[in-house]
Amino acid sequence: MSRPPKRPAAEKPQIVRDGPDLTGPELADRLDATWARPRGLIGWLATVDHKEIGIRYIVTALAFLALGGLMALHMRLQLMFPDSQWLGAGAFNETFTMHGTTMMFLFAVPVMQGVQIYLAPIMVGTRAMAFPRLTAFSYYMYLFGGLFLWTAHFLHFGPDNGWFSYVPLAGPQYGIGKRADVWAQTVTFTEIAGLAVAVTLVVTILKQRAPGMTLARMPIFVWATLVTSLMVIFSMPSVALVSGMLLSDRLVGTQFFNPVEHGDPLLWQHLFWFFGHPEVYIIFLPATGFVSEIVSTFSRRAIFGYPVVVLSLVSTGILAFGLWVHHMFATGLPRVGYSFYTAASMAVSIPTGLQIFCWIATIWEGRPRLQVPMLYVIGFIITFVIGGLSGVIIAAVPLDLQLHDTYFIVAHFHYVLIGGAVFPLLGAITYWYPKFTGRMMSERLGRIGFWTIFLGFQLAFFPMHFAGLMGMPRRVYTYPAGMGLELPNMLSSIGSAVVAVAVLMFVVNMLASLRAGVAAGPDPWDAPSLEWAVASPPPHYNFAHIPAVESRTPLWDAKDGLPVVHGLRVDERELILTSVISAAPDLREPSAVPSIWPFISAVAVAVTFICSVFSPWALAFGAVPAAAALIAWFWPKTPGANPEPQIT
Amino acid sequence: MSRQVHFTEDLSALPDHAFSYRSLTWWGVIGFMVIEGTGFGLAIAAYFVLMSHELHWAPPPLDPPGLVAGTLFTLVMLLSEIPNTMIKRAANESDLPAVRRLMIVMVGIGAVLLVIRGLEFNSLHVLWYSNAYGSIIWALLLLHTTHVGTDWVDTVVLAALMHTEHGETPRRFVDTDENALYWRFVWLCWIPIYLLIYWVPRMFR
Repeated sequence: MSRPPKRPAAEKPQIVRDGPDLTGPELADRLDATWARPRGLIGWLATVDHKEIGIRYIVTALAFLALGGLMALHMRLQLMFPDSQWLGAGAFNETFTMHGTTMMFLFAVPVMQGVQIYLAPIMVGTRAMAFPRLTAFSYYMYLFGGLFLWTAHFLHFGPDNGWFSYVPLAGPQYGIGKRADVWAQTVTFTEIAGLAVAVTLVVTILKQRAPGMTLARMPIFVWATLVTSLMVIFSMPSVALVSGMLLSDRLVGTQFFNPVEHGDPLLWQHLFWFFGHPEVYIIFLPATGFVSEIVSTFSRRAIFGYPVVVLSLVSTGILAFGLWVHHMFATGLPRVGYSFYTAASMAVSIPTGLQIFCWIATIWEGRPRLQVPMLYVIGFIITFVIGGLSGVIIAAVPLDLQLHDTYFIVAHFHYVLIGGAVFPLLGAITYWYPKFTGRMMSERLGRIGFWTIFLGFQLAFFPMHFAGLMGMPRRVYTYPAGMGLELPNMLSSIGSAVVAVAVLMFVVNMLASLRAGVAAGPDPWDAPSLEWAVASPPPHYNFAHIPAVESRTPLWDAKDGLPVVHGLRVDERELILTSVISAAPDLREPSAVPSIWPFISAVAVAVTFICSVFSPWALAFGAVPAAAALIAWFWPKTPGANPEPQIT
Repeated sequence: MSRQVHFTEDLSALPDHAFSYRSLTWWGVIGFMVIEGTGFGLAIAAYFVLMSHELHWAPPPLDPPGLVAGTLFTLVMLLSEIPNTMIKRAANESDLPAVRRLMIVMVGIGAVLLVIRGLEFNSLHVLWYSNAYGSIIWALLLLHTTHVGTDWVDTVVLAALMHTEHGETPRRFVDTDENALYWRFVWLCWIPIYLLIYWVPRMFR
């Protein structure tokens, strides 16, 4: 070696660690200094705090929910009366495409991931996400993708081929202009974001659980997060691949989907639904995680049948990959294909049914409190069971062929997506709002909001079953008078307005409670999991001392003090890594400090992607600044051969 | 903490780095391998879907891709595992001079491979826009080129890093170990793609 290594120990002669000698306010001050991010705009953009990023995900996703909801209201206004020409066919196409694309790619998945980013690290008892800069990068990719889509829409080249963008309609032969390219590239943005988050969540959960939190002691929500993230990892490459193929068909003339040159339009459908069906469960399983946590807390007992619930989550995650062809029954399939995918589509209801029975048993065996989060759980169970049952019956091919592309399907998937995911999400926001903000949401306004959205939803979507059974097709901008479709459409439109009012009430409740809500304290619900052991909102470092977990309900079982481990660095960001299954302490791991480079990298990649919609050469030229930014991101900033100061 | 705590174990004596599955970044690398492997798997599935529409593959009058460049690439890539294994071993033994030397060798091998890859594109005997066969052949080769290219840039950066004082940090040896692991994944992915591009169009002609 040419020169001796620098010795940071010369500047920091003493290692500072948490423990019996360093605890309480002094420890909190020191940890704050280590874990706080710089102030100002740069510091804001450079943050790697999972709580800050999680909240940004949630708020951004809720903004996109509002935009997607406005699109829904446009559609319902158009369909309120027969023969209406208010919106027109072209604008209607764009409206339902923007609605579906926004809700699936910019709201449902990101909002779930946002909650997971916020909660999963605290629930497993660690101080930060694994790869926190990647989490920051993912947020910016998601944000830029969403802004790109909506900017294109406002500039009148937003997509208009449906949220699934089927070829040949979206291909070069029929999808003229840049609309389909915008869709495909938006998907690329969101897939990169989703995949990055999935990897960081999986690694956080597998390697950063608090000592003693074996896999069998993980909170159900963390299990749901793990399963969902693995599903993202296995499904999203499919849509990333196929949207790339669509772009290359459109931009450089490949023939993947062109039957004239022996391409296959159905290849699009297979690859899209190989992602698209698991996507539904990627949205739904986190919601079941919310429900398990809420049911347990508000029934004041541990979840009934923990192993059954966990195995249900895992088996749903696996079965979800065997169902995609049921979206393609109407394309014509071999008989054995019909039988297999019908059976698989029916089978997936079994694990979900088991979960529902476990929740009911938990409520039955417990001492339930009917506060707002619990109301949403009950609303979820009722609504989701209706949607689940209508799903099971359309797994039968003859019925599916009859109802395919009718409003019956629209009713079905809104029952499972709004009933199965949005209701639990609203319950979850109400439940964890005190943790996010330190204040409670108004119970009274929450109750009124719940009943408004629950009844408004039924009014909006139940009549669609009948409209569908009467033969009303999806994605048509109007319908003739005198076919009996006036009443169900009028009811649906009124219901959608009621839902909009309810969502508005929820937002008002959130905003008003930020200032006027009752101060929450760390554990307002007397809940069992670790996030309630820390202050509300949690400090930058989450835990001053890392908990030592001895049961599935650590806070309920720690009446005479929470057991903790100690000995982590206080002057540097440090975490504990534990073994994957038994969570035995293994390593002390440094955690990344804030950096502006993930933001700059995301800008470089975003410019590249957006320009590539107009010229494929953008990918070649854009790779250079993107690579430079990524290298700057990864290049270590702290010189020295041995960053650990030694006791001298 | 808002609760009373009682202290149990002191973890200050735990090490601050380790190789393989004990390392956090190892799990991240595995995660991205799974993502990319799934992408390759689905692209291969698309290959067979498109192949099922043809009576002959490669469809006449197209000739299958020329074997020379692709086979040369495969040989060099397989042989690169020798220095790659040596790097892995050197990193595990914290042998910095060996790591520095061998990283330069791997950078050189990557550059050679990229040149050969250019020749491969020139010997496919079909263009990407000719038909679906051409599209999927080009797609597989392009996907793998992206794989090799990004790993090569990664290797160049790491080689440069290892030649600075950062290279003396124990954690950088873990990075080196994981970079070598990733290279194994790159060439493992190549084997089925090589067969699909060069040999399947010969077998089903």
